[in-house]
Amino acid sequence: MKRFFSKQNRALLAELVRTDFKLRYQGSALGYAWSLLRPLLIFLILYIVFVKFLKFGTGIPHYPVYLLLGIVMWSFFTDMTTQSLGSIVARGDLIRKVRIPRWIIIVSSSMGALINFVLNLLVVLVFMIVNHVGFMGSAFWLPFIFLEVYLFALGLSLFLSAAFVKFRDIGYIWEVILQAAFYMTPIIYALSRITDVTLQKFLLLNPMAQAIQDARYEAITRQTLTVHHVFNGGWYEFLPLAFVVIVLGVGGFYFRKESRYFAENI
Amino acid sequence: MEQKAELETAETAISLKHIHKSFVLPHERQTSIKGLVVNFYRRKRSYEKQRVLKDISFEVKKGEFFGIVGRNGSGKSTLLKLLAGIYSPDSGNIQIKGQLTPFIELGVGFNPELTGRENVFLNGALLGFNRKQMSLMYDDIVKFAELSRFMDQKLKNYSSGMQVRLAFSIAIKINSDILLLDEVLAVGDASFQKKCFDYFRKLKKDKKTVVFISHDMNAVREYCDRAVLIEKGKIVLSGSSDKVAKEYTQLFLNSGEAANTNGKRWGTGKVQASVATAKVQEDTVQINVTYRFKDDVQNPVFGLSIISPVGVRIFESNTKWKRIKTGDYSKGEQVRITWDVPNIFTNGTNYVSVAVANEDATEFYDWWDEAAAFVVDKDEITTAVTLAAHNVGIHKVHAH
Repeated sequence: MKRFFSKQNRALLAELVRTDFKLRYQGSALGYAWSLLRPLLIFLILYIVFVKFLKFGTGIPHYPVYLLLGIVMWSFFTDMTTQSLGSIVARGDLIRKVRIPRWIIIVSSSMGALINFVLNLLVVLVFMIVNHVGFMGSAFWLPFIFLEVYLFALGLSLFLSAAFVKFRDIGYIWEVILQAAFYMTPIIYALSRITDVTLQKFLLLNPMAQAIQDARYEAITRQTLTVHHVFNGGWYEFLPLAFVVIVLGVGGFYFRKESRYFAENI
Repeated sequence: MEQKAELETAETAISLKHIHKSFVLPHERQTSIKGLVVNFYRRKRSYEKQRVLKDISFEVKKGEFFGIVGRNGSGKSTLLKLLAGIYSPDSGNIQIKGQLTPFIELGVGFNPELTGRENVFLNGALLGFNRKQMSLMYDDIVKFAELSRFMDQKLKNYSSGMQVRLAFSIAIKINSDILLLDEVLAVGDASFQKKCFDYFRKLKKDKKTVVFISHDMNAVREYCDRAVLIEKGKIVLSGSSDKVAKEYTQLFLNSGEAANTNGKRWGTGKVQASVATAKVQEDTVQINVTYRFKDDVQNPVFGLSIISPVGVRIFESNTKWKRIKTGDYSKGEQVRITWDVPNIFTNGTNYVSVAVANEDATEFYDWWDEAAAFVVDKDEITTAVTLAAHNVGIHKVHAH
């Protein structure tokens, strides 16, 4: 662990994150503002379609904020995994020429997504104030929920990026999986609209669904179905968390095993 | 006795024990899952295992300038990448004591969209130095590169010469315990090469631990204390740099590899060089070139140039510059041109390019790079680009 966060590794990580951040909005007039604009615009579209036209939010207080928080968390998850997925291959020239710990590349691209996420959370905060969402003490749990999302995305990123070195199909496959997962996660619709309890349970096994619902419950409204309610407090309410641990373990193990051969396989 | 053994190990900077490395070369690389599935189904996975390094062991002592020499494809670059930690060995053990900086290539990670200044810090971080350490070296780097005025400009606005200068300055100002140098560093124009060699000399003087990969035997003789010779993935000789350099040159002489090279060739084809040979005879090098005419040609110009082992054009001449009328030729005729050039060449493989052009050298009928090669193996050495026969007199002068 000490070796992991040595001075050199920290310096390299900082330098890579700095570079990524500087280059991300190279040549765009609005620059960093896009970090905030993009989720806001997506939110606007979903809001108009699902709240105004399809009336998805009826019965849930503060539904716009509820929706926005879900979108922001989901965007963080997709940004981080898709950016990390190609990052080992994209940094191929470095990997073939200098010795750097391979995981730093993944962590640096995850940091880019994380910075964006924090900025987006500020937007959510503004909306919460505008929408008169009362402050809840349980919001204290949010950092832990976000940490869970980060670790889940990190485990997947490690696995996907290492697999992508060998199989370039992974990029397309992941895109499709994300699309399917978007609809399988209660982001735009409320979980309570699904009447089949077995299906509710199944959907909540997905750590993203569990995390988004928990975050909404702890910070926005108690009228949110969480894994705790659906599973009635049984031990299997910890299954999503167990999945995160498994994904992180398998991803880390696979990445570590494959990373020795990145330089020759890229 | 035990104490002595301990002292010896304490001085070891790099130790390699029984390193094996092979690459799997699929005949058709499977980068899609479909390909993998189909091939798996067919139970036909065609690949070759290429053993690049076989049982490599050696030690480099602290403060030593250590050479690794070998022909192209002998495995020396793979060995360098193993030392740098870029590849992992299949089996065996590599131990490195101290901070190691690999310069397999200059300016790794340079990004054209960043300023010169940002690139210095990025490159430094990739080589293992944090901002604070880099800040201490920064002024020196910029001064040496003579780029103070340009550091806040984006790298993409630099000329290629400026980029190389910046990368090289970083390389030489970086302080680390062990350096891995690939001779490809010493490319570029003559003044840049001189800078490189001055840098090597300084490293030697400062008693730095250096692993140097090269096929320039002059450089190896001059800088290296010890060296190993690698051939087909095995260490065939290890010992003093003189001994190794001599053996390496012999290897070329025996294999005859130097004689059939295949360099670039272009031209209209009206006249073609068919055979080119080069032979070293005592103090001269004799080059014979036979040309075949596919058309009637008047007063063609025949020329040649000779490229030194480090890639510098040492000698160039043609019949036009020598004001020789070559005469008229008709279709189907052949002519043999012989050149006798004083042996001013340096040790290693020198390459001969031959050419033939029309009377005013506006149309090239045939230009053949590396048409022939010859190996020079002199006892005397130099780090300059040529070495002419010369005498030295030493006369002690006594004051009365």
